[in-house]
Amino acid sequence: MTMNPDLVDKTYKVIGTRVRRPDGVDKVTGRARYGADASAPGQLVGLVLRSPHAHAVIKKIDISKAEKLKGVKAVITSADFPDHTNGDRGLRDILENCMARKKALYDGHAVAAVAAVDARTAREALKLIKVDYQILPHVTEVDDAFKANAPLLHDDIFTDGITPTPTKSSNFVKQAEYGHGDIDAGFREADVIIEKSYKTEQTHQGYIEPHSCLASVSPDGMAEMWVCTQGHFVYRNQCAAILGMDANKLRVTSSEIGGGFGGKTHIWAEPLALALSRKANRPVKLTMTRDEVFRATGPTSSTSIDVKIGAKKDGTITAAFAELRYHGGAFPGNWAEFGAMTGFACYDLKNVKTVSKDCVVNRPKTAAYRAPSTPQVCFAVESTVDEVARAIGMNPVDFRIKNAAKEGTKSSYGPVYGPIGIGPTLEAAKNHPHMKAPLAKDTGRGMACGFWFNFGGQTCVDMNVTPDGNVTVAVGTIDVGGSRASLALVVAEELGVPYDAVRVVVADTSTLGHNDMTDGSRGTFSSSMAAVFATRNAIKTLRERAAKTWEIPLDEVVWEDGAARAVGAQHGNRAPLTLKEIAAAAPGSGGPIAGHAEIVADNAGVSFATHICDAHVDKETGKTTITRYTVIQDAGKAMHPAYVEGQYQGGAAQGIGWALNEEYIYGANGRLQNAGFLDYRIPVCSDLPMIDTQILEIPNPHHPYGVRGVGETSIVPPLAAVANAVTNAAGVHMNHVPMSPPRILKAIKALKA
Amino acid sequence: MSVHVKTTINGDQVEFVCGADEPLLDVLRNRLGLTGAKEGCGTGDCGACSVILDGRLVCSCLVLGAEMDGRSVETIEGMADGAKLHPLQQQFIDNAALQCGVCTPGFLMAAQALLRKNPDPTEEDIRFGLAGNLCRCTGYDKIVRAVQAAAKEMRG
Amino acid sequence: MSRLEIHLWGALRPLAGGASSIFIEAQTIRELFRKMGEQYPGMEPHLRRGVAVSISGKVFRDQLDTPLPPDQEIYLLPRVPGG
Ligand code: FES
Ligand code: FES
Repeated sequence: MTMNPDLVDKTYKVIGTRVRRPDGVDKVTGRARYGADASAPGQLVGLVLRSPHAHAVIKKIDISKAEKLKGVKAVITSADFPDHTNGDRGLRDILENCMARKKALYDGHAVAAVAAVDARTAREALKLIKVDYQILPHVTEVDDAFKANAPLLHDDIFTDGITPTPTKSSNFVKQAEYGHGDIDAGFREADVIIEKSYKTEQTHQGYIEPHSCLASVSPDGMAEMWVCTQGHFVYRNQCAAILGMDANKLRVTSSEIGGGFGGKTHIWAEPLALALSRKANRPVKLTMTRDEVFRATGPTSSTSIDVKIGAKKDGTITAAFAELRYHGGAFPGNWAEFGAMTGFACYDLKNVKTVSKDCVVNRPKTAAYRAPSTPQVCFAVESTVDEVARAIGMNPVDFRIKNAAKEGTKSSYGPVYGPIGIGPTLEAAKNHPHMKAPLAKDTGRGMACGFWFNFGGQTCVDMNVTPDGNVTVAVGTIDVGGSRASLALVVAEELGVPYDAVRVVVADTSTLGHNDMTDGSRGTFSSSMAAVFATRNAIKTLRERAAKTWEIPLDEVVWEDGAARAVGAQHGNRAPLTLKEIAAAAPGSGGPIAGHAEIVADNAGVSFATHICDAHVDKETGKTTITRYTVIQDAGKAMHPAYVEGQYQGGAAQGIGWALNEEYIYGANGRLQNAGFLDYRIPVCSDLPMIDTQILEIPNPHHPYGVRGVGETSIVPPLAAVANAVTNAAGVHMNHVPMSPPRILKAIKALKA
Repeated sequence: MSVHVKTTINGDQVEFVCGADEPLLDVLRNRLGLTGAKEGCGTGDCGACSVILDGRLVCSCLVLGAEMDGRSVETIEGMADGAKLHPLQQQFIDNAALQCGVCTPGFLMAAQALLRKNPDPTEEDIRFGLAGNLCRCTGYDKIVRAVQAAAKEMRG
Repeated sequence: MSRLEIHLWGALRPLAGGASSIFIEAQTIRELFRKMGEQYPGMEPHLRRGVAVSISGKVFRDQLDTPLPPDQEIYLLPRVPGG
């Protein structure tokens, strides 16, 4: 059957080659248009007024002066957003996050917005809006949020997952448990038990392009929006629902996206731009400043995690336990729960238990960041794993190999694994030249493993044959890292035509059916599956056309190398009909030739990685320098190896930044102290070495080409790999990331004392 | 207050009127339609807005449009020679040195300025020469390699 | 029709009186979800928010028509977001 998603073993002609990407020239010449690069006739400038308080009741907002300022065309507050969310808590949280209703819940929470003829006037207008706040006590730290006397953010949170359900509301959103076996019995069997507590600070995805959109609502209710997003269909659905519009009236076009990493998976200021445009009756362009991006768009959770691991002298882990406390910012989430699922997923454990506790704090609403929730728990678990190995005198890589999950292992989150790649990545790490290279003075080597789920989701692809015999492909998943090139490769491979004969574009929301967003590493996985099916549908039509032309039965026509070929004794000697010839004859043989696929791509397959890191620690200053770094990860099948390498390297660099520098710093007043790239320091070129990559290809049996998601797992191991390298370099055990120079120095001093 | 400015951009004579406090970046993007320079921060910390001003690499968000009178600005839009890409541009594509690409115009400007000063840079020279530009997607590996390859090509 | 053992993730267990698995007769994911909602009304909000089904390690998040074969391990999991 042609639409079986399962892998067919074959050799490839163009898949796996390093072709040039179709958007390359536009991106190196400055022509590519991102969120802030569009304009519309008569457009206004939209700006947002944000709460300077971490927690405050909004008693009154007076917009009358701002409205009267010359050049101001609209001023909006929560009064312009009647609640259309119909009891959908998730959507209501998004609405409330876009514009504060009764309370401002964090420093940076939007309270009003203006549209004016120019930026200067808009800024002036913001100053004229008078907000009367009643300041409330706030809480920004995870562990504080759970305390009985903590300031309460919401009065309708009753801890889920605890029996009986509490009758008093609190900041404690949810508790969940994963695992199997009997950990108490497991710990009794252990010769060595290590128990430690860890903390990780809040980081931001740090995409270089701030959120930006250009919204235009006409008096007849038709609306257009140009926006940088990881999912324009999701943005359309959410904006339409919040504004009480029909989804078909809102056409969303995605710009080129300047990075997202999860931060552009749900809406932030887009409904404000639409509401301003509706009120002003003019197009409105709303672009966030960097300060707004940090203060008001989704960072990760900061966390506090306890880990306990027991092992026998022979290296067998007998029991593993973790309790994870994460926050969702000012709104409820399941962030700790995802960490509880993934924390021990690399290992084959007889007795394992994780308990997650999610809470809310006065910080911006948490959003997904590449393998969300997993780098933090991996830091805690993999640091402890290294200590256990050390305590029983086993080499860390051998210890991990001994305990690695394999096909048939019951995973720590429940199901039994199919074929997986943790073992092979560990073996590859063990045999990698990096593992054997000599180390310089004050330099240590560390390693860590990581896991992430990956998934597919709803996806549409339209494939059209042009009259001259070339191919256009319209997809609904955003290209965040070269997926247009990968999809062109897929279609070229299926059809048997050169890569250059295929052009892939991202279609707007009025042109294709719904597509989920590009998250969970799904872009290439699911769109390539849909592209394969769309092309196979078109091939069937192409064969029918050839059969008609030849006046022979369809089953005597096959498609091979870009042409229809007659088979069988009777007709097999005919010259093939090429794609170009069939396309040219299309008007007389039934009209345009196209193939479609509307699918749900499930089974993206789990993914594992092992990283090796060398770190030099300057014992005088506490500064850590990464001197060598290697990423080993399973890609299933690397459709375009250079882009797969790029995903590995990019994730590793983000993880290194998280490990060493990046953190949200809140003052005692609950205000973010470092909302800019100067003080929130992401790695620059001179901070990093080359990042070596090794791509393993253990095919995903549930994708026609064996592809797995590759985009996320690479951010999981670095925190722990760096921490383990630092331990081996300086003898200190770091249980708090980022391992900034002051923290390392303090640990070194404590060690000496 | 508005200022009338006559300047040279990518070799062309250009005149514009701008606010006295208006950054060059805003002039390029909003008044002249040159949106190749990007605003990643507006505070001189990301390099996405990099242009070359009288031969020197600057953050266009940190200089004023009003200061441009009689001076010469190079932007990403002027880097290619007609249809022929500059070796740096071509090597960025060939080495997959961009993912999202929003940092790319700034990196190309910075690399251009670097190679003019130092046609044969070491890896370290490149890493420090580009340290004013942020990229969140690539981990810089492929960017460094693209600049190395372009430098080699340009030396002939 | 066969009675299937459905393994529950932690958050669902209290809603099934603390049991780590429940037994339900169902041929597809759709039927399973419908019956779970009927027999354990407390699970409704979770089902609405989204539940993924692992069938012998293959995880399905969306395809409700997926058949539930007997003799396979069936595990319910929360839907996880991506970055
Ligand atoms: S926008 Fe100028 S340096 Fe960031
Ligand atoms: S390629 Fe995205 S920021 Fe550099």
